[in-house]
Amino acid sequence: MSASAFGTAFRRSLLLASAWLVLAFLVLPMTVVLPVSLTDQRYLSLPKAGLSLQHYRAFFGDPVWLSSLSQSFGIALCSATAATLVGALCAIGCWRLGGGLASAIRLLLLAPLIVPTIVQAVGMYRLWAWLGLYDTYPGVILAHTIIGLPYVAITVSAALATVDPRLEQAARSLGASGAQTIRLVILPNIMPGLLSGALLAFASSFDELIVALFLTSRAIATLPKRIWEGIQVDIDPTIAAAAMCLILLTLLLMLASVLVRGAASRRMRRIAGAPA
Amino acid sequence: MSAAVLGPERRAYLGLTAPALALLAIFFVLPLAQVLWLSVTDPRPGLQNYAELVSNPLILRIWTTTVRVCVVTTLVSVVLGYVVAYAMTRVSERHRGAMVLCIVVTFSFSILVRGFAFVVLLRSEGVLNSALQGLGLIGEPLRLLRNETGVVIGMVHYGLPVAILALFSNMRGINARYQDAARGLGASPFQAFRLVYLPLTKPGIISASILVFIYSLGFFIIPTLLGGGRVVMIAEYIRVGFEETLRWGHATMLSTSLLVAVLLVLAIMARVVDLKKVFGG
Repeated sequence: MSASAFGTAFRRSLLLASAWLVLAFLVLPMTVVLPVSLTDQRYLSLPKAGLSLQHYRAFFGDPVWLSSLSQSFGIALCSATAATLVGALCAIGCWRLGGGLASAIRLLLLAPLIVPTIVQAVGMYRLWAWLGLYDTYPGVILAHTIIGLPYVAITVSAALATVDPRLEQAARSLGASGAQTIRLVILPNIMPGLLSGALLAFASSFDELIVALFLTSRAIATLPKRIWEGIQVDIDPTIAAAAMCLILLTLLLMLASVLVRGAASRRMRRIAGAPA
Repeated sequence: MSAAVLGPERRAYLGLTAPALALLAIFFVLPLAQVLWLSVTDPRPGLQNYAELVSNPLILRIWTTTVRVCVVTTLVSVVLGYVVAYAMTRVSERHRGAMVLCIVVTFSFSILVRGFAFVVLLRSEGVLNSALQGLGLIGEPLRLLRNETGVVIGMVHYGLPVAILALFSNMRGINARYQDAARGLGASPFQAFRLVYLPLTKPGIISASILVFIYSLGFFIIPTLLGGGRVVMIAEYIRVGFEETLRWGHATMLSTSLLVAVLLVLAIMARVVDLKKVFGG
């Protein structure tokens, strides 16, 4: 009996140890960016004598890097807004339409996530050139909107699945117009899904590289494109500082989406626990 | 599920989907249609571009490399992911929360940053080799970059979180008492796992494998950074051909073959598992 208990405990420790070893492989390699960005050397290496902020100074003192940072920010903001607006309306439409047509539309909305980005980029290049969108901000924003749509569609559809359709019927029968119903009844109920979709769309644009490589040339250099070119040419530690900026931003976005969901579940509990 | 609506209401809801449908039709479907069209019409109508798929040894080699790297990536990701997902079903909620945090943080890291981190770590003069040499464990630096080992390491790093989440969402629905029952009926721990648990997780294994595989097929950033021109996969080859030769028929044929490969794998998957569940739609 005690031998078998020992066996069970041993198997369990072995399982947990292997699982954490795998998780360490996921997390530990990423931590190397921080010390490398703080190196006191002029080339890419771990700090030798002490820590230094020189590469952050180089990053934030260089108008070229700063311009890339603000370009990426602007493009991500515009494309996330567009994707959220268009994607959420479409998800609400599908939710009420129901049936085979709605399923087909949802599938089309997911397609940009399934078709490899490189294939989309090859196709976009010619059309964008023809429409005069090549190497322009509207061009990149448009392409990133398409790429962000699936994220919004997934999160908003998931949020809508928990909304009772009778709420909407009730609002309509009490005299609300269609637009009022969406604004006053549906939107507040799907806010967390909408926000996390918007954050995902923002993040997907902020670190998108392939479309940026295909559809831009001299006029636009987003942060990922600049990092990419930097790695190809010569790796100086300023790239590590730039990479840290990308990391911090994605971590902030993740924190924001956790907070949004936390607030949503607290609200749900309050509603569920409210005295009748 | 919502009841279907009829009449003018229905038109209004269709109207809500119109902006997205228009955007996708013009800026997503049209470019893809053009890719297909050019692949059979440029420089002249016919299938001669596709004949290269079997007659051009370079393309054959690149497709073989691509499939080999993707298969290895998928196997490693699913096996390691299985261990993590299984452990996640066997721990307290707090412990599981810590594991989920590791996975979500990894997910949130941009692929470019991950590729960069691996370049820093795995270069001959990189962090890992310096550390191992400093400890006197190796004399010559290990060659971990510019070969398939490096590419697979980087791609597994992307595939693992995907595999873990797909496997865990399947395992979460399996009652742990099935295994206890098998043990109670005299099965050894290994038998209880192999004969009872493993078959129940088959849908999870299939969807995890196919998700990792189709994402790997079109990978561009990791193979380019960690393969360093020595390991060329299909996406990088499309990019290089596109930049250097601008042979539209050639580039669009390769793009079409990649798209068809992805859709083929998806079609196989659709026969086995519910696609809607896999993509959360």
